[in-house]
Parts: sequence; structure tokens; C-alpha cells
Amino acid sequence: MLIPCPVCGLRDVGEFTYWGDAGVKRPSHREKEAGPWVPYVYERKNLRGKHEEIWQHEHGCRQFLIATRNTETHEVLDAKLAGPFGGDE
Amino acid sequence: MAEYSALRVLTQGITGNRGWRPAWRKAEPKPRYDAIIVGGGGHGLATAFYLAKNHKLTNIAVVERGWIGQGNVGRNQTIVRSNYLLPENHRFYEWSLKLWEGLSQELNYNVMFSQRGVLNLAHSPEQLDRFAERGNALRLAGIDAELVSREGVSRLCPGLDISPGARFPVIGGLLQKRGGTARHDAVAWGYARAADRLGVDIIENTPVTGFIKEAGKVVGVETPHGQIKAAKVGVSVAGMTSDVMRLAGVDNLPIESHLLQAFVTEPVKPLIHTVVAYGCGNMYVTQSDKGGLVFGGGLDLYNSYAQRGNLPAVHEMTEQLLALFPNVSRLKLLRSWGGIMDMSMDGSPIIDKGPLPGLYLDCGWCYGGFKATPAAGWCFAHTIANDEPHPLNAAYRLDRFKDGRTIDEAGVGPTPRLH
Repeated sequence: MLIPCPVCGLRDVGEFTYWGDAGVKRPSHREKEAGPWVPYVYERKNLRGKHEEIWQHEHGCRQFLIATRNTETHEVLDAKLAGPFGGDE
Repeated sequence: MAEYSALRVLTQGITGNRGWRPAWRKAEPKPRYDAIIVGGGGHGLATAFYLAKNHKLTNIAVVERGWIGQGNVGRNQTIVRSNYLLPENHRFYEWSLKLWEGLSQELNYNVMFSQRGVLNLAHSPEQLDRFAERGNALRLAGIDAELVSREGVSRLCPGLDISPGARFPVIGGLLQKRGGTARHDAVAWGYARAADRLGVDIIENTPVTGFIKEAGKVVGVETPHGQIKAAKVGVSVAGMTSDVMRLAGVDNLPIESHLLQAFVTEPVKPLIHTVVAYGCGNMYVTQSDKGGLVFGGGLDLYNSYAQRGNLPAVHEMTEQLLALFPNVSRLKLLRSWGGIMDMSMDGSPIIDKGPLPGLYLDCGWCYGGFKATPAAGWCFAHTIANDEPHPLNAAYRLDRFKDGRTIDEAGVGPTPRLH
């Protein structure tokens, strides 16, 4: 599997670390109740087919990426740089 | 006389083998059942068997999208053990191991359960301390465990490189003598035949395409061959859990699907006499009765529904095998296979009723599904029949994540790929 890093170009998957589903929304860090954290920490859509996910180009530019990948064929459709890691502040 | 026995093989042999019946009928779906199990894997078949045997519910169907033995029940490393640290886990898996010990008799089908021992290797004093802790926890629960020295490891496994010059020198290990392996296909076929003989309908090549709901309650399933109604629907589909449950409108399960591969080499003379687990990676190796080395254990580490091999994992697992057994470096790989694991958020399974009325769920098995087959079927059947969990699976609730009662054996938090 090759991932098109926006900084380094097309690179082997072995250079990257997987961080999971990019679709989960982090609650505000002011949130004190446990309930709103449950979906963020534990619940996943676990999609078949097109899946947006966070990767880090750990053995390259070390940037975090949001890649769109097909979980059935492992085809990487797109990869762009991610913003700061979630949250609203 | 038992259906399968030495005497029967002999009498059939001299009478032209005309008296054998197919191991299970090609059942046509009836319009209505007391319970439907979605998924004809090891767990689904075991559940149907124990529903019929322990709970006298015989109007039951197992609905399988492919054929019996096609999925993960035929795509694993066949290892059976119960050496878990946490009480919720070792109680459950020990019951499973006890069922394994009598399974061939129970099913009248030789599942070739071989208690050759499971040896976990330690490569550092800290790791050996953790093994001592785990061994003590097991022995307090009445489960066999033995701490083994470096020399003991060498005696158990003469082919293993225990020299100080090894990549990660071995300093000892934890042995569970009652652990071992079983023939995975035979487990599927044995449960299928035993369930069939008790009246269970096994409906192959029938994917579930939807769930029938009445007033919010699940009352059956949709298939290409029409609707099948049932008072209770159990779902036991491993890596496909999120997919199937999405059809019922549930898309927030604490599960990620990951690809796990295993490999087998060409056969050689007896070299590895126990199951050996590498302690500096995630690799298990056993030698099959035919002589092939069966090994694997590492995930691809990203979500996947692809039931096929992938080269980086081949490299990784082979390197780990050679770190322990440099003497097998010339062996050729014959086959590899991939299965989709339902990796849960704490590494422990879910056997529970819900999340919708009329629905029951068995999932989250991570790597541990095969060894759990008898107890998972036993407990899932109990849960379905009585509408409440058996004490052995009472902790395996779906909503344990909401109140923080996770069962995190590896202690790595909500990171499914690391369990």
C-alpha cells in the first residue's frame, strides 16, 4: 500500500502510523460529563469502503494526514494535511 | 451406536460405504423460527447446538452468507488456552477449555484437540515478573500455570534459539500445559452436524440483507430468499459485525475491523512440540500434525475488510519467527490466509442482549474467537434462551464502556489495533 503524502510524495505504508477514524468528533475540553466522551473514545462507524482516517508520516515529514481509503481494497484515494488534533479551542 | 465410530467405519467399509448421511441437511428456510442465529461460523453453530441441547429450543435456524467453514473458523491458528490475567477473562476461557476437553465426545466428532501446552516466552526480567503475576492469578483460580526457566524452555523446545546472542534473548516463560490446538474445520463441521441432528436448520449461501422490525422490536431477517421471522435474532458475525448491525440501524459499536494473517510452511519432521508465543512481538507458532509450521499473529494495524494477504505482515511475522527459530530459514511458505477480526475497544468480547429489543449480540472477539468457541456458544445460547447473561458472560456487557467497566487485559486503552 502506498500513501500520497502531500509533503513527501508517494511513500510506502511502512513509513506511516495509523491513528484511526478521522470522523469522530472530540467534545470540548471543558466538557465535564462522561456521557459526551463515550462516542469519541469508544464508538466507531467502522465503515466498509470509503473511510476517512488519520495517519502520521512518522518516518518522513512527521505530519499528520487525513487520508481517504477504501477499507475493502486498501486503495488510497486521497491524502491531505490535517489541522491541529481535534477539539474546538 | 454412535454415528461416527471405529466399528461403523469398519462395517461401512465392508458394505460399500452406502450408509453414510451428509453431515448436515441442505435446509430450506421455514417462514418462522423461535430463534435465528446470523452467522454460521464456529460461534453461531455452537450457539445453535447449545440452544438445542441445553435449552431444548430446536426450532432454530443458522443463516450463513457463504458456506460452513468459509470464514474465520477456518482462518485462524487453532490455538486454545485460558491463561488470561483478569478474572472475567480467565473464568470464561477456563470454562471454554473444560468444554474443549470433552468436545470430541460431546459432538461425536474428532476435533483433534491436542493439549500440547502453550508456552509464552519472556525476554526480560520485568516480563518474567508479569508472567509470575499472571501465573499466580491463574493458580489462585485453580487454572494450571507454570513459570519456566531458560533451561526449562530449552527442554520444552529444543529447536528454539535461547543463546545470549539471540535478537531478544529468552530468559524464561509461562507454560499452560492444558492449552494446545484443535482442528478448526472439524470444530465447524462437528458443531454443524451435532446441531443438525438436534433439528437445527443450517441455511447456507443466504446473506442477511436487512432486519424486520415491528414497533422497534427486531422480529426477523430479510434474505434474498425472502423473509424469515423469529422471536429472537442473535448476531454472531465477527469482523462483519458493524456491517450487519448497520442493517439494523446500529452504527456506533465499540468495534473496529482489522485484518489478521497467518501462514503455513512446507512440512518438516517434529521440531516444535508446544505452542510457542514470542514475547517481543505478537507471533505464535505451532507445528501441525502434518508437520507444517503454522504461524502469525500481527495485524495490518489499520481498518480493513479485505480477507486476503498483505506483504508487510508476511515480512514482519517471518522475521519474528526467524528470531526464535533461525533453523527454519530455508523453509518455504505454502499458504497464507487473512481473516477480519472484530477488534473491541478493550480487547475483550461482548456477549449481551440488545442493543435493540429482540436482538442479541456476540462480537468483539479480537484474536480470541477460536478458543472461545464452546464457551461463547454456551453463554450466548444461555443469554438468548433466558434473556439474561450467564454469570460467565455477565461482565461482557455492551454498555460496559459507558460506565468505565472495561476489561482491558493488555492495559493499552481504547486502541483496538493494539489489543
